[in-house]
Amino acid sequence: MTSDKPTPQSHTTTVKKLMFVVVGMFAFGFALVPLYDVFCDITGLNGKTNDEAVAYTADGIDTSRTVTVQFITHNAKQIPWKFKPLIQQIKVHPGEQKVVKFYAKNQATQAIVGQAVPSVSPGIAAGYFQKIECFCFERQPLQADEEVEMALQFYVDVDLPKDISTLTLSYTLYDISEKIASL
Amino acid sequence: MTTDTLENTEHHEEHHAQPSGIKRWLYTTNHKDIGTLYLWFSFIMLLVGGGLAMIIRAELFQPGLQIVEPDFFNQLTTTHGLIMVFGAIMPAFTGFANWMIPMMIGAPDMALPRMNNWSFWILPFAFSILIGSFFMESGAPNFGWTFYAPLSTTYSNGSTAFFVFAVHIMGISSIMGAINVIVTIMNMRAPGMTYMKMPLFVWTFFITAYLLIAVMPVLAGVVTMVLTDTYFGTSFFNAAGGGDPVMFQHIFWFFGHPEVYIMILPAFGIVSTIIPAFARKKLFGYSSMVYATASIALLSFIVWAHHMFTTGMPLFGELFFMYCTMLIAVPTGVKVFNWVATMWRGSMSFEIPMLFSIAFVILFTIGGFSGLMLALTPVDFQYHDTYFVVAHFHYVLVTGSLFSIFAGTYYWLPKWTGHMYNQTLAQWHFWCSIISVNLLFFPMHFLGLAGMPRRIPDYALQFADFNKWVSIGGFAFGLSQLLFLAVVIKCIRSGEKAADKPWDGAEGLEWTVASPAPYHTFSTPPAIKDE
Ligand SMILES: [Cu+2]
Repeated sequence: MTSDKPTPQSHTTTVKKLMFVVVGMFAFGFALVPLYDVFCDITGLNGKTNDEAVAYTADGIDTSRTVTVQFITHNAKQIPWKFKPLIQQIKVHPGEQKVVKFYAKNQATQAIVGQAVPSVSPGIAAGYFQKIECFCFERQPLQADEEVEMALQFYVDVDLPKDISTLTLSYTLYDISEKIASL
Repeated sequence: MTTDTLENTEHHEEHHAQPSGIKRWLYTTNHKDIGTLYLWFSFIMLLVGGGLAMIIRAELFQPGLQIVEPDFFNQLTTTHGLIMVFGAIMPAFTGFANWMIPMMIGAPDMALPRMNNWSFWILPFAFSILIGSFFMESGAPNFGWTFYAPLSTTYSNGSTAFFVFAVHIMGISSIMGAINVIVTIMNMRAPGMTYMKMPLFVWTFFITAYLLIAVMPVLAGVVTMVLTDTYFGTSFFNAAGGGDPVMFQHIFWFFGHPEVYIMILPAFGIVSTIIPAFARKKLFGYSSMVYATASIALLSFIVWAHHMFTTGMPLFGELFFMYCTMLIAVPTGVKVFNWVATMWRGSMSFEIPMLFSIAFVILFTIGGFSGLMLALTPVDFQYHDTYFVVAHFHYVLVTGSLFSIFAGTYYWLPKWTGHMYNQTLAQWHFWCSIISVNLLFFPMHFLGLAGMPRRIPDYALQFADFNKWVSIGGFAFGLSQLLFLAVVIKCIRSGEKAADKPWDGAEGLEWTVASPAPYHTFSTPPAIKDE
């Protein structure tokens, strides 16, 4: 197996092959980004919910079960808004439609565009939380001191795994004014 | 095989008049010189990283904030980790590889000597940037050596650019070093040196080099994403822009777990070289050692999420990563049993390299067991981010990797310098180290089990006593390393002349050349005897 004549050429071939691995692995690191998205989309692993409205398909309401849906909100870094759910939690039967309201007020002295990003915990339940209408599908431009009530219409899929009786829906509000401006 | 092929194996370029002084070291392409540079560099980094640890332990000596601000404390833990991982442990092993691999396989030098020079000389720049950031307006990186987003992106203190630049240079250096090792081993073995005749250190570093070229580019990718997220408005890890901070952890640990084997496989190689020499027996289960090393390396790619059990994975994921992680205990166990079996009924003697190797086997196994505990998903929820984790990885990295580096240095120092070192002083180094290192890290297990979180400058009162002992152990261990410096410097300067083969049980081509090893060795390939 030993090559008894190590020539510069044979080194060059080996180096080329190895550089191919290096470049390939660098690309692989970036390929993980879309792969991760696809993987999470299929498994609902990261608690991401649908980002487009779904139509309500009534497969019947399962009145034998009651699921508690809790709402929490966070303001991402320094966005000077008041942002809160009007009710903390609601009990629903799987398959049943509900509308809940969120309150937002821009407390800054200038207009700000906000974007709320939803996340469901436990993550595995995210695929069963269906939003028919949500303020998170759109940007929220608010003038200084403007306030608004925003609606979320949703239902919980009847196929929600039996062992899950409580869902927490968290909204994180981001200031995207700068991003919009730079577009 | 035949001798007529030998003369054209390597055209030794005409011997240049060797430049002297600093130029000799700047321009050198000699594998021994570069090995020496790597080893000294890593020792300096050990002292710098150790110095930072001393400040950390001084702050933690008692509860409350005495010496440093919390933000500076975070900078200390971050740079301590980065310097020890990328500056001390990894370059030390590359130093061994440079010095020993060509001599062990009967090659005249590394395959790509000029690249070798580059891969060393960019390292001091990387660490100057990293350490220099302490003196800049932003301060040094404070987001932990794992630089989790959004700590390193949204909440960065402004040091992210320096950090990313430094890591890129370190990565390029490691990749170049790894390519050099692989090309050397594949193309430059002496005739008759088949793969399965290679010394185990060569094997372990060969596999390590593959790990390096597989995961260092992924690290380069993830730091690039952090850089663009922080400064160029991308949203890889920013939920507002459709990214996901948890994805950072997935990509980081895809690099991070193989990285821990990058830091331990060469240690396995060194210990597997030393134990047979002082047990005066052949290494038990040579081929099983090779296969165990390879399977550890392969498994290391599918266990990364054991660092992320608390991020809310589905049960299936937690079970998968738990079982895969525990599977690694099998090849690792094979290694430990092989070392013990090698010592079993051997005519053992306890010279300094052997002392460090035996300490390695025992203490690394303790670190392995605490790793096994951490691999258990349900209990990891308790241990996660506590001092138990700190205890675990310091057992594997200090009493594991670092002790193997000491063992290897004491083993090959006579070959490098041509002198025997002062055995008494080295004994002192060993005993001071082994006592203080256990005082330093063992109580951390209990602190972690009792709930003390890692990366904090202050702690609850009930942890005070243990922390005091840990700090005392830390100072003692730090000071003990000055003994090591003394032994090495004395050995370079003077000492009784070392024989070509100072250890009677030692095997390998490196002992067939003179001590100190001549500047050029194996310009003509040696004959490999068939066993
Ligand atoms: Cu790991």
